[in-house]
Amino acid sequence: MLHWSQAALDAEGDRVDRMPAPGPLAGMAIALKDNIVTVEEPTTCGSRILSGYVSPYTATAVARLRAAGALVTIKTNMDEFAMGSSTENSAFGRVRHPLDPERVPGGSSGGSAALVAAGVVPAALGSETGGSVRQPASFCGIVGLKPSYGRVSRYGLVAFGSSLDCISVFSRTVDDAGRVLAAMSGVDPLDATTLDRPPMTAPAPRTDLSGLRVGLPREYFPPDLHAGVASALRRTREAIEELGGTVREVSLPHSRFAVPTYYIVAPAEAAANLARYDGVRYGPRQVGPAGDIRALYQATRGEGFGAEVRRRILVGTYVLSAGYYDAYYRKAQRVRALIADDFRQAFASGVDLLLTPTTPTPAFRAGEKTEDPVAMYLADIFVCAVNLAGLPAVTLPVGRSDGLPIGAQLIAPFFEEERLLAAAAALERAVPADGEVRG
Amino acid sequence: MSWETVIGLEVHVQLRTRTKMFCACRTSFGDLPNTNVCPVCLGLPGALPVPNGEAVRLGARAAMALGCTVHGTSVFARKNYFYPDLPKGYQISQFDQPLATGGRVAFDSPDRGRIEVGITRLHLEEDAGKLIHDRFPGKTAVDLNRAGVPLAEIVSEPDLRSPAEARAYLVTLRQILVYAGVSDCSMEQGSLRVDANISIRRPGETRLGTKAEVKNMNSFNNVERALEAERARQATLLDGGGKVEQVTLLFNAASGQVRPTRSKEESHDYRYFPDPDLPPLVLDEAWMVEQRSGLPELPEARRTRLENTFALSAYDARVITSEVPLAEYFEAVVGAGVEPKTAANWVMGDVMTSFNQTGQFPVSPARLAALAGLVRDGVVSHQAAKRVYAELGSTEDAPRAVAERLGLVQVSDQDSLGRWVDEVLEAHPGEVARFRGGEAKLMGFFVGQVMKKSQGKADPKGVQPVLAERLTTAAPPDSSDPH
Repeated sequence: MLHWSQAALDAEGDRVDRMPAPGPLAGMAIALKDNIVTVEEPTTCGSRILSGYVSPYTATAVARLRAAGALVTIKTNMDEFAMGSSTENSAFGRVRHPLDPERVPGGSSGGSAALVAAGVVPAALGSETGGSVRQPASFCGIVGLKPSYGRVSRYGLVAFGSSLDCISVFSRTVDDAGRVLAAMSGVDPLDATTLDRPPMTAPAPRTDLSGLRVGLPREYFPPDLHAGVASALRRTREAIEELGGTVREVSLPHSRFAVPTYYIVAPAEAAANLARYDGVRYGPRQVGPAGDIRALYQATRGEGFGAEVRRRILVGTYVLSAGYYDAYYRKAQRVRALIADDFRQAFASGVDLLLTPTTPTPAFRAGEKTEDPVAMYLADIFVCAVNLAGLPAVTLPVGRSDGLPIGAQLIAPFFEEERLLAAAAALERAVPADGEVRG
Repeated sequence: MSWETVIGLEVHVQLRTRTKMFCACRTSFGDLPNTNVCPVCLGLPGALPVPNGEAVRLGARAAMALGCTVHGTSVFARKNYFYPDLPKGYQISQFDQPLATGGRVAFDSPDRGRIEVGITRLHLEEDAGKLIHDRFPGKTAVDLNRAGVPLAEIVSEPDLRSPAEARAYLVTLRQILVYAGVSDCSMEQGSLRVDANISIRRPGETRLGTKAEVKNMNSFNNVERALEAERARQATLLDGGGKVEQVTLLFNAASGQVRPTRSKEESHDYRYFPDPDLPPLVLDEAWMVEQRSGLPELPEARRTRLENTFALSAYDARVITSEVPLAEYFEAVVGAGVEPKTAANWVMGDVMTSFNQTGQFPVSPARLAALAGLVRDGVVSHQAAKRVYAELGSTEDAPRAVAERLGLVQVSDQDSLGRWVDEVLEAHPGEVARFRGGEAKLMGFFVGQVMKKSQGKADPKGVQPVLAERLTTAAPPDSSDPH
């Protein structure tokens, strides 16, 4: 937790008690990743450059959760500006895995994941740009739900990669995730990218999966997949069949380009989104040696941002530069369209959902990948394509390997969250989350 | 050897909306600094832009008035650069898919007669804030009231061939935009700003020379002066065997000179890319038809109509249609029964003088028509009518009553005229003798003297016959003549 106080929590409790009618989330404490703004607490995004910053307005998603009766006040640690896969990149220290303090909880929403996994709160909000909720949810053995892009307002979510960013949900049950998502979803006049579709309702869980056709994209089950992960997924597949569903192999040939595509699109957008942290209007200001405006920018941003954020700003600036735009940014947009089209074709070929591992391995050790950014980026290899395609997906715990949780990911067509959650709830009952799998 | 000048203009006009381009803040000019701001236009973390439909409508309307093709899909893009007046570190603009392209503006060039200048594109964007350097010693203050105000940028083809022609284009462009109701186009309030690209080349050359960009011209007059100065600077450079460098220049109105602002190596790479916060702007065909049909009559059409309907000269029609209110006023005066040429003379004279001074019409069209009727009926002279007009602004009285109060009603009864004529002839015996001796041109002198004696009240049309009668047929008043 980065910001929390008993007094604020009590005040939230009093507010909910005074509500004329108990909302659908009455009394549920929901923690927030510290890149979702509230007027009561600071919003730092895990960055020195926003230390002490308090927003004068509250995010739409938070306002909707509060209106539904939730107690929303705790802010959680994260990779700086959501850039990372291990929550080791926070200016305020790393987050530990709740089951093994030597390991990482995943990232970038690691604080929210760890808090839910540790049982401190029943649910928490994170944000996804390239898997930053599903990956830590998988590492921590909890449910992580990423909605369709445009389902939840981004107003008040500090932007990283605007075409990818989605406020997403951690919880211990699929039902909670669905209820939290339903409460905050819907068109928002303050976010032009939200879609005006009928409101989502948390579906009643299915007791069986008869008639459900599940596709297994072969690119997501490489021969060298971690044995424990492979085994847990095999068990999940069998559970689908035992519940009456059918399973068949499909192909998403362009998904292998998802990570490199993501690492062009997201940094490009981030470089622009993070330009506003210039020390002129808010945040700590460093004047710099020369005393002119250039020096102010250089000193403020040079000292305010951590190494990973600086790296991505540089990459993003580079790929948008004159002479490089076509080779990188434009090409990445074309590949992104191909990746999304793969999913459309797979669903059009007669599958209702896709099943994949959420991560290639269980939680890794702290420091294991910090010296090798590309190794770190590859931790998101199975979650990233979903963000590029804008689709809804959920991860749920399907067993443990050497005591570490393993997640299975279900992916649905655009705006088919209800189908996704109904199936996930059935699997949640059928597959033991805590059972050790044989590697 | 001579040089041909090539000029293209980039004009920013503030669209006349109540609220900003991407948020609900007011656009009013001159409010206390940083009072019309919100999380969106301050660029606070997490805030998002939402397009202002009215700004889109006015932008499309402007484009249609300029004969552009308005595109069914256009894209907002981020233009990235750091500056303290730019809260987000990027400006939301449009780049490779602008709102509109391919228009034209026709006007009379002072050098080449009737010409057409191509409009390359019109795109929508948000304004930046304002830096204030003289408020706090040694510091710069930032006022973000203007940040996010909607602008249309109108880029012309390099079709202009002289500074005077550039000015004539601007006058016409401004007139069209004001007619279309899309902008106030006030250079004083910054709702119309001009940047110019200028180069020179040998006549007959088809390639463009190296251009310079000239900024900071705060009036049409200064645009012309700045371009004259830059044209001369480039010609001197090239005549001396030198080269023109691609530079951005600022015009100093006090010195009349241009000076460089930013050297080439610092020139920006704006790294435009589509703004992911804003879906493509989609305008459907029905909406476009509605906007096009809602366009008012534009200056050229109105000019032609006034020429044809009221038999006005091209000059009169141009002057009267120079401002929408003037043209409206003129038509109202004609509608109240005044003969068009008479109405035109009034509008281009006293009416325009007071309009230019105050922006208002002190005399309603109906009262002006009543006054013109008094002149037509010979009740007051034209000179007297101008004095009545000057009074009408500060009274509710009818023109006739005002003329009577001022003693300006013309006298045409024979007795009064005869009395003034007799007095004049009596006072000027020498001139009478010379007239009788054949100096017929002295008639004008006698008329003038009668008008003077009557303090302008004598009806000049009645004076001359009386004079003629007295000077030729009646016996001259002669004091020596025995009764």
